[in-house]
Amino acid sequence: MQTTETRMVQHAARDGAIRESALETEQRQYLTFQLGEEIFAIDILTIREIIEYGYLTEVPMTPPCIRGVINLRGAVVPVVDLAVRFGRPVKGNSKRTCIVIVEIESAKGCQEMGVVVDAVNEVLGIPQADIEPAPEFGTRIRSDFVQEMGKINGKFVVILDVNRVLSLDEIAVVETMSRESVPQPA
Amino acid sequence: MNLDDALQTFIIEARELLEHMEEALLRIEQTPDDPDTLNAIFRAAHTIKGSAGIFGIDHIVSFTHVAESVLDKVRGAELRINSELVALFLSVCDHLGVLIGHVAEGRTPNPDVHQASSELADKLQAYLGPLSHCEAMAGPPVEHAGKAEPVAAEAVSGGVDSDNWHISLRFDRDVLKNGMDPLAFIRYLTTFGSVVHLVTLVDGVPALSEIDPEACYLGFEISYRSDANKAAIEGAFEFVRDDATIHILPPHSRISDYLRLIADLPKEELPLGEILVRCGTLTRAELDYARRQQAAAAEQPSPPIGEVLVENRLVRANVVAAALDKQKQVKEHKAAEGSLIRVNAEKLDEHINLIGELIIASAGTDLIARCANIPDLSEAAARLSRLVEEVRDSALTLRMVQIGATFNKFQRVVHDMSTELQKDIRLEISGAETELDKTVVERIGDPLTHLVRNSLDHGIEAAEVRVACGKPAQGTIRLNAYHDSGSIVIEVADDGGGLDKQRILNKAIERGLVTAEQSLSDDEIQNLIFEPGFSTAEQVSNLSGRGVGMDVVRRNITALRGSVDIESVAGIGTTMRIRLPLTLAIIDGFLVGVASSSFVVPLDTVVECIELSASEILAAQGRDQLDLRGELLPFIRLKELFDIAEPLPMANDPDDEECAADVRLPYGAPKTGVTLTAEGIAALSADPELAFILNPVMRENVVVVQYAGHRVGLVVESLMGEFQTVIRPLGEVFTGIEGISGFTILGSGHVALILDVPGLVRRVVVRDQQRYVAKVPGAAERGGRMPSMIE
Repeated sequence: MQTTETRMVQHAARDGAIRESALETEQRQYLTFQLGEEIFAIDILTIREIIEYGYLTEVPMTPPCIRGVINLRGAVVPVVDLAVRFGRPVKGNSKRTCIVIVEIESAKGCQEMGVVVDAVNEVLGIPQADIEPAPEFGTRIRSDFVQEMGKINGKFVVILDVNRVLSLDEIAVVETMSRESVPQPA
Repeated sequence: MNLDDALQTFIIEARELLEHMEEALLRIEQTPDDPDTLNAIFRAAHTIKGSAGIFGIDHIVSFTHVAESVLDKVRGAELRINSELVALFLSVCDHLGVLIGHVAEGRTPNPDVHQASSELADKLQAYLGPLSHCEAMAGPPVEHAGKAEPVAAEAVSGGVDSDNWHISLRFDRDVLKNGMDPLAFIRYLTTFGSVVHLVTLVDGVPALSEIDPEACYLGFEISYRSDANKAAIEGAFEFVRDDATIHILPPHSRISDYLRLIADLPKEELPLGEILVRCGTLTRAELDYARRQQAAAAEQPSPPIGEVLVENRLVRANVVAAALDKQKQVKEHKAAEGSLIRVNAEKLDEHINLIGELIIASAGTDLIARCANIPDLSEAAARLSRLVEEVRDSALTLRMVQIGATFNKFQRVVHDMSTELQKDIRLEISGAETELDKTVVERIGDPLTHLVRNSLDHGIEAAEVRVACGKPAQGTIRLNAYHDSGSIVIEVADDGGGLDKQRILNKAIERGLVTAEQSLSDDEIQNLIFEPGFSTAEQVSNLSGRGVGMDVVRRNITALRGSVDIESVAGIGTTMRIRLPLTLAIIDGFLVGVASSSFVVPLDTVVECIELSASEILAAQGRDQLDLRGELLPFIRLKELFDIAEPLPMANDPDDEECAADVRLPYGAPKTGVTLTAEGIAALSADPELAFILNPVMRENVVVVQYAGHRVGLVVESLMGEFQTVIRPLGEVFTGIEGISGFTILGSGHVALILDVPGLVRRVVVRDQQRYVAKVPGAAERGGRMPSMIE
């Protein structure tokens, strides 16, 4: 299990130069987005791109938080419904519904994954001084999903730990899903 | 030249040579007198030694040198090939493989390896021992004493009338660069003998403009008089052995030695006469005389120079035949070389990927062309997709390799294991020319090894048992491969005792895999051997029987989208049949639609499509099966199994309708070009026939698929026809999903799922078991207990 510290180190290693300049100003960039009435933030460095919610192919026999797959310029990318992952009710899509493509760490290198959000707001820098460690409870989502809390315009928003939220160990369809109850020979 | 690149080439070549050597060794056991096979072995050893010398890999050079010397004795008919020697050389082969592996990994070999080297070298030395001792003596060596007599006897019939040694030298291009001066060697020769006659061969020298001043293009034919023995003369060329082709023929050599020299000459095209002159069989004057004769006869149909020579009794007919043969061989060899190119596998993969993209793009174009309704465009698009299909097929064949090389490796496995098991077993190979994808070939090796070993160890009985059963004492294992409806089938068959069903069942009960009350069919019992932790070997031998084999075999094969089944007859033998897809990248698919979703069924599994009519549904009485021309066909309702709902509504969105329509007709449906409006729907309900024509989506169809001998129906709503399917892997998120083998991207840009029929069936079986069987106590036991045992 990773600690917040090692993750910070990894971030630092991945984007050495940016991080260095960021250290001077003590400011990192975050994308804020809307999920229901709530605002969340994700470190911009994990985000590849943001695309419009288009045609999505549902994949049967998968956990409910996997919305389906999309064709991202020839690559098949799984899309996760963040609301379901957070245990919120499923909602229909609106015109502002977007898919945020993030890159997460996996055993085989990097895995691109899409995240359905109700709307993206803006990219902004949050000074280090305005960042607080994650509280133990009270965020209305699993506490290990919370990386830190950042203050934006005087309000605290949850900065998500994408690698935890989209953890392949938890999301991936387990092989034994049906096997575990398969009497062989069939 | 980059030395690293050169080293890579050396490693690749050396491995290939070792493969050839191994093959030849296994062959030579059957035909110990075949000089071609023996030469192949010798050449392999020699080339490895020579190349290793260039790179200064001394331990390989010294080790190979010993092996080569022993081979030389065999070639000189001083040693006979026997199974003991073959076994020794097989281990030499293996050891060389290890040594080269070390070079490839850039490691220096550890003491253990050196130990193994010297042990093998000692064994080889045992063959050499007394002989090398003789060679070391001054005076005519034993080998010559042995030869002298036949030479004398043959002197009239075939001996060449010359009491001089004949030395034939061909220096490699790089000899000067490596710091050797060819002249120095010839000068050295004169220290213990005299050069009677020397012919310098200059026809290797290119035009002045192309000449590389640092390269050596020369060859020499030397007639040499000396009292020294062969070893001493060879010793003169010790330092240049790797950089030159050297042939030394003793005085009064037989014609046959000259024939061999012709066969061994470097592979360059030469006029027949020149070859003979070079061999010293003819003098230049004799050849010129023969040429003049030929010219004189030019008015008449000119006889080939060979005939002229024979007519004039200048050369014996068999020598001419050999020379002609050689000319032909050189030509053929050149032709074969010209038709092959080595290509980096990565480049090939890149190419295949691009073709995959091309197919998707072309499908997109096709779709647009159909919608646009411009005849010319449609025609152009159709032409394009046909070409793309051809390009795809030819690209895929690039990756295809024959399975023969994989099969041949088992000669060795069978040879080694039958010795170890003290059984007499023969390997029969058929269908070696069957081609399949390189990736598949690479990954099928391990499962095949498991199966072959199982057959060797458990399948074939001991010789006494076989004889008692009236079977030949020698057991046979058969490897066979053939194409069968879009997949390749590989069979591993033995003529052993067959699977002992009772023993399997007992074992399974003992291991808790099944309960004693369960009644299982023969197939089910046989398939138990694929369960993890199953092994019937009474004694755990060091070859098999640890119970880790067959489940891994099945898993590996399933990972290749293949299947394996067993056919066993008690007392007659067992056949394991592996069925694999031809390629892993692109398949021909059949596109079907269910509600808004599209699925691809691999076309080679599709048998037929039929309409699921209301009367049939009625006749089934709610069961998921129908009567297909008298046969019972169980079917799977994809909509129900996949729980496919109507697309999610777009909340409060004016674009809603457009999106929904797009969603509903993902690929083939726009063929009709009709988007239904409210009036349209009303019109349709008034005219059922029109509704039928315009809205075929509404009826249900059954796609009958076949896999591993079973037939199953898939109930879908629309049939959208054939579709070239570029397989996108499931990726990490979906790896474990059962019933779906991959994704593909449709012409519309949408993603469709590729169905895995056996997986679907497994899923349905589970579902039904949970749904219906669980209520019966006995069956609940089975349904409930099994999982923990499989885990």
